[in-house]
Amino acid sequence: MNNKIVFGSYVPIDSPLHRLDPRMKLLMCVWYVVLVFFANSWGTSLWLLAALLCAMLLSHVSLRQYWQGLRPLAWVIVFTVVFQVLFSSGGKLYWHWGIMSITHDGLVNSLIIFYRFMVIITASTVLTATTPTLRIADGLDWFMRPLKFLKVPVNQITLMLSIALRFIPTIMDEAGKITNAQRSRGMNFHQGNLVKRVKHLVPVLIPLFVNSFKRAEDLATAMEARGYDPDSPRTHFRQLHWQGSDTMTFILMVLVTVILFLIRGGLL
Amino acid sequence: MVMPEIVIKNVSFNYSNQNIRPALDDVNLRIAAGSFVGIVGHTGSGKSTLVSLIDGLGKPTSGQIQVGTATVNAQSSPEDLAQLRRHVGYVFQFPEQQLFAETVGQDIAFGPTNLGWSSEQVQAAVPEALKLVGLPADFADRSPFALSGGQMRRVAIAGVLAMKPAILILDEPTAGLDAAATDRLLTNIAQLHAAGTTILLITHQMDQVARYADQVVVMNQGHLVKSAPPSEIFADPAFLDANHLNVPAAVAMSHRLRDAGLKIDPALSIDALADQLAAKLGGEHGEQ
Repeated sequence: MNNKIVFGSYVPIDSPLHRLDPRMKLLMCVWYVVLVFFANSWGTSLWLLAALLCAMLLSHVSLRQYWQGLRPLAWVIVFTVVFQVLFSSGGKLYWHWGIMSITHDGLVNSLIIFYRFMVIITASTVLTATTPTLRIADGLDWFMRPLKFLKVPVNQITLMLSIALRFIPTIMDEAGKITNAQRSRGMNFHQGNLVKRVKHLVPVLIPLFVNSFKRAEDLATAMEARGYDPDSPRTHFRQLHWQGSDTMTFILMVLVTVILFLIRGGLL
Repeated sequence: MVMPEIVIKNVSFNYSNQNIRPALDDVNLRIAAGSFVGIVGHTGSGKSTLVSLIDGLGKPTSGQIQVGTATVNAQSSPEDLAQLRRHVGYVFQFPEQQLFAETVGQDIAFGPTNLGWSSEQVQAAVPEALKLVGLPADFADRSPFALSGGQMRRVAIAGVLAMKPAILILDEPTAGLDAAATDRLLTNIAQLHAAGTTILLITHQMDQVARYADQVVVMNQGHLVKSAPPSEIFADPAFLDANHLNVPAAVAMSHRLRDAGLKIDPALSIDALADQLAAKLGGEHGEQ
């Protein structure tokens, strides 16, 4: 019923980025996030932004769709930035009122935070827009394999992750249905003060929880009935294939990193 | 209160602009107050969308819906939509999944309280609604989550009936119920209809439609194909087949008997068919 594009939803089209191995994309995303914290000047920041834009272009996902994914988070970003501007101190003072003040350092800090927020969220949106959630879970499973030697239950963790991801659309759908059912019983979501509005969530959340528990129990029973044993070795229906383009991407990533540190060191 | 009739004029509805085929396409329909309407059609034909618009859960992309004195169109505000809901009770598919309160009584009281009734009115409505669905009044103090599936469903329906809707929409109310519970529920619905409530019943069970409905609305791919009395709808096997509908057992049986050379009128219920056959065999009307 709800066809809106939400943050982190997959865009089912074909592009060079869609075809990459999920492990490579996962690595690239985490790597990029780490790199963002090494950017300390206009040059380095712009360089990383350029790299991100290239990835966005290669994903064939339109900028409009990225923006639709980012929009729900815009308020969080704006709030953080405003908070940062008004409540940090240091450097030249431009304006102050009570405990609030606008200072040079505050402005710089908020600009850095704004930049980091935007690129990190966009980078993870590139990952989720080009990779189905279950493929991401497969990739994570592969990265966590070494942890098996430390007796970490990797299979169970990735199973939990896959199940959680799988049921997000189901639960969203159900939330819509229950909301409609309660609306038809005269509940008005758009009326009353904040406390009243929060109270309106009770008739939606309780059935949602009850049904989720029931579904979890049914799923567990169904899995057991089909002989699922959490401790036995698992095979995968979807196989991961590392290809030449993945190696290429890896090399590009190394190149981006090297150039970043060259700019940072003042060598470029 | 004047019983509200439902008038739907040129209504279309799209879930999103990208959709190629609208969920509803230029639907026109008039439902007289006090009728029992069966809404039938293949899965995805637009039945649920149609009734959710009648309940004001969405507004039409174009066209106009009138329930009683309340009218909505594409420009209507949420308050206008809420006006539709004052006349209409909507029992969703698997309504037991919407129960949330600690006790059955509190859950049933939810709707009337939202409508702004006084607490005396609400207190009176709870046992009344329980009685309508055939549950004892002492159920009001029990937890809705400790009941059987059939009982939970009847509590959920009571929660809608407590609002005393003039129009009652039921979306597949008997899905997942056993034969006895199905019969009890349908009898309850027939009693409500006899008391003057307009009933809109969405179902895949053609036997229920043939037996209870006085008007059948056939939906197919977002279009309203036909709105006619059941005797007319079920008389044409080719039409039923084209719209992915089953033939009710009584109708199928009377067709077979007629093919075998027996001279009988088309019957819509097993009882009516049995009466005709008994008369042919020289028995008394209604004799067991």
